[in-house]
Amino acid sequence: MGAPFLIGEKMTGGYGAADILHDCTIAVEKGEIAVIVGPNGAGKSTAMKAVFGMLTLRHGQVRLDGEDITAFSPQARVAKGMAFVPQTDNVFLSMSVEENLEMGAFLRRDDIRPTMARIYDLFPVLKEKRRQAAGELSGGQRQQVAVGRALMTQPKVLMLDEPTAGVSPIVMDELFDRIIEISRTGISILMVEQNARQALNIADKGYVLVQGANRYTDTGEALLADPDVRKTFLGG
Amino acid sequence: MNGRSRSLWVLAVVGLLYVAVGVLQSWPLALTILNDGLIVAITALGVNMQWGYAGLFNVGVSGFFALGGLAVVLVSMPLDPQAWSAGTPRLLVALVILALVIFAAMRLYRVLGAGWLRIVSLIVFIGVGVTVFRTVFNPAAKAVEAINAAVTGNIGGLGLPVPFSFIVAAAFAAAAGWAVAKIALGLRSDYLAIATLGIGQIIISVLMNESWLDRGVKNVVGISRWPVPEEVRLQKQPWFIDLAHTLGMHLTTTSTVFVGLCFAALFTAILLVILLLAELSLRSPWGRMMRAIRDNEVAAEAMGKDVKRRHLQVFVLGCAVIGIAGALFVMLHGLFSPVNYNDALRYTFLIWSMVILGGSGNNLGSVLGALIIMLIWDEAGSVGPHLFALLTSPLADGPLKTHLINSAVEMRLPAVGLVLLLVLRFSPKGLLPER
Amino acid sequence: MNILDAIVVLLNYVIIPATSYGAQLALGALGVTLIYGILRFSNFAHGDTMAFGTAVTILITWAFQAAGITFGPLPTALLALPLGIAVTALVLLFTDRAVYRFYRRKKAAPVILVIVSMGVMFVMNGLTRLIIGVQDQNFADGQRFIINAFQFRKMTGLAQGLALRTTSVITLLTAIIVVAALFWFLNHTRTGKSMRAFADNEDLALLSGINPERVVTVTWLLVAGLATTAGVLYGLDKSFMPFTYFQLLLPIFAAAVVGGLGNPLGAIVGGFVVAFSEVMSTYAWRMVAAYVLPRSLVPGGLMQLLTTDYKFAVSFAILVAVLLFKPTGIFKGKSV
Ligand SMILES: Nc1ncnc2c1ncn2[C@@H]1O[C@H](COP(=O)(O)OP(=O)(O)OP(=O)(O)O)[C@@H](O)[C@H]1O
Ligand SMILES: [Mg+2]
Repeated sequence: MGAPFLIGEKMTGGYGAADILHDCTIAVEKGEIAVIVGPNGAGKSTAMKAVFGMLTLRHGQVRLDGEDITAFSPQARVAKGMAFVPQTDNVFLSMSVEENLEMGAFLRRDDIRPTMARIYDLFPVLKEKRRQAAGELSGGQRQQVAVGRALMTQPKVLMLDEPTAGVSPIVMDELFDRIIEISRTGISILMVEQNARQALNIADKGYVLVQGANRYTDTGEALLADPDVRKTFLGG
Repeated sequence: MNGRSRSLWVLAVVGLLYVAVGVLQSWPLALTILNDGLIVAITALGVNMQWGYAGLFNVGVSGFFALGGLAVVLVSMPLDPQAWSAGTPRLLVALVILALVIFAAMRLYRVLGAGWLRIVSLIVFIGVGVTVFRTVFNPAAKAVEAINAAVTGNIGGLGLPVPFSFIVAAAFAAAAGWAVAKIALGLRSDYLAIATLGIGQIIISVLMNESWLDRGVKNVVGISRWPVPEEVRLQKQPWFIDLAHTLGMHLTTTSTVFVGLCFAALFTAILLVILLLAELSLRSPWGRMMRAIRDNEVAAEAMGKDVKRRHLQVFVLGCAVIGIAGALFVMLHGLFSPVNYNDALRYTFLIWSMVILGGSGNNLGSVLGALIIMLIWDEAGSVGPHLFALLTSPLADGPLKTHLINSAVEMRLPAVGLVLLLVLRFSPKGLLPER
Repeated sequence: MNILDAIVVLLNYVIIPATSYGAQLALGALGVTLIYGILRFSNFAHGDTMAFGTAVTILITWAFQAAGITFGPLPTALLALPLGIAVTALVLLFTDRAVYRFYRRKKAAPVILVIVSMGVMFVMNGLTRLIIGVQDQNFADGQRFIINAFQFRKMTGLAQGLALRTTSVITLLTAIIVVAALFWFLNHTRTGKSMRAFADNEDLALLSGINPERVVTVTWLLVAGLATTAGVLYGLDKSFMPFTYFQLLLPIFAAAVVGGLGNPLGAIVGGFVVAFSEVMSTYAWRMVAAYVLPRSLVPGGLMQLLTTDYKFAVSFAILVAVLLFKPTGIFKGKSV
């Protein structure tokens, strides 16, 4: 195995004086799914933001396809082929579904209609509601809009922060299926999940974060099998 | 440099600046600026209480300041028996009716449930109430305004000495502040700003247009300044003529300086009292709580502090202080001219620049900021044209040059704006940072 | 009883003036609301921005007139307006770079930006006074009336003559064009949509690759256009005096708050709500009543709720009512 496609290596930093992340490393290989799990407040979202350049690191590096992008602004990372769906406030509430998708493609100058059609195929309900304001959609539909918006950039790597938060079990399964489908198209996926068991099931690689540091790192399967991980993080 | 020595340094520099004006220009001018400065310093203290202690945004300062002036008119002008017999009692009755109508309308609003019935009945009730008020009020106001219109034409005052009006001034401004705070506190911070901007403009409109009350645009002149003596009287006193003689100064100059000093002493005394009270309150548990609320409203609320109530208190207190300053201003000039206060840049925003320059939250800072800005402001009026004449001297005489020289006074606006912007940018804590 | 005359009176003294005034306020409030939505503060310098833009336009108008350039029956000021907007835009962009950008980078609290805008207000106000002075300026030229009262009376035989001033029509037409263009821009262009996205959710806009500096720049350009147009229309309709423009801040803010700060459609509705309330409550309804009511029922008084001196009280009352009952405005604005 060569160097990972996207890696945040030995990241240390936080929002103010106090560090939240301590020497934390997360990475994803090309076309694979990597999942980050951990208790609330472990710094999962912070690690994602750090990888996306929304917080300044005191130490550590972020590399994309071998290139050091630590100093890049979030917009520059978008241009480099990264996309991010934050945990909260991840849609433009006052804008229609279609406009949300258009904004996702803001940096693109080519014809965006094929991409949009693909996203409507992936999430048919969005096509139905494309003229409706995103604020009027249900939680699950909003998550679909959020993922759709991120996909509009035609990213090489998609970062998802708890895409299934606040979504019913049925819709959740549905979303997981869609995420697998997306990864099959060759897009690398780095995601944070609260539903650890299910997420690790589909993960090629898993990271367990505790208090801003890596506690366990292994393949999804191995983590699911590890008794320590099972006891502490998967409820037995 | 620690806080105290820094304060002393700034104080010394400000003192020297005023002395320099006295020596280089003239002492009467230095005193005039100083007295204006002391009054705005008190105003700035009021604003600092609201903004510095509590983070409340008051841009209706000119209105509260003008209300303080009205108090002087109503308290100290002589009784007017003619107006009294013509309509004053009826006016008072009318105002009581108005107050009752407003009170009853608020009651009605609370009693009736939401819906069309409430809206319709409120409109009808207010319509009837206002009509009743008007039928009592209008003829009475006309009658009062008709009496000796060239000289008085208003209800007159109580004929009491001016110092009594200070308390009334505080009460007037506090009442108006209470009303606006009741409405806008607890909403977003800039809503309070917009609401105070409105109340300020309305107060000034009322003062300009209700001539039965204060002669409106015709101004009230000849307001007593007791206990400060009048220049003309002084000039006739033998002891004073002797004094001028011994000092070897011109009689008029001596009297101007003497009166200026009297005012300065009075204002300084009042300023010191308010400053002392403000400092004591800031260090009391009450003041600490105020600042705790300002720094983290959510946490304070979670700790069970009644944030809204504290804000109401400090806002009303601040307005009261501004009202007192307004009273002193009218006393100093012996004139109440409502039109004046329309200049919100001078009477509201200038005060803000003083508070920011001095250091938000620092009382002494506000005072010194006020003295400095007032000096810039007044000097721009006297030095500005000369400076511009000098700057434009290479230009040929003509309309452009005249225009530039004539607009020199206006340069103080951008000058103050620039000071404000520079302080905000490079030294946001001001001259004397909050301790 | 004479309904037609009553309608003419109503048009003359209420509907036409309130419509023009409403259009002017709406344009002003749009500027305030855009700044609020994108830069997230209440801009106290807006009245003085309007005054500055108008002053520049007046100077250019004078230059045109001196050079013998006119606009036929239309006011020359309309010809000067684009240049006035351009100068104002440059000044606003300079202000943004020199002043506001620093606080934006620092993510300063909105209330700090409000104080900063007070500093800008001083400077703008001083600049305006410096370039044009404090006096009243009347710069409307061209044809004064489209319909004049005398001709109207002769034509229709009514007792009341309808007077339709050119400026009223120009105000309304210009406002319609400007507003239509603005909404088209916001809803149908990439840049316009990116502005809405930025106003809606700044962080997500950044994640989508929207450049905040560009959004802010475009906002100031639009604000320059809106403020200068509003100011020039107001000045043509009434007259130009820097102080009056400062005082317009209250009705403009009232309009923006009534409609919901940050909501462009709300700003327009708010402008008309404030204007009609102001005109209707300061108009003496006696003349209308005399035409529609039987003589015995016509009241003795003027039937005027407030004298025009208290027009600010109307904006204030509306503002207070909205703040008390619906703090986010008629069309939900944002509340930071
Ligand atoms: N914007 C912020 N400013 C300051 N501190 C923050 C901020 N966001 C999060 N934190 C702090 O950083 C720590 C980690 O938060 P983070 O959101 O990364 O956790 P998480 O693992 O994503 O939790 P969850 O599972 O609840 O989403 C927490 O202690 C939190 O209080
Ligand atoms: Mg999280």
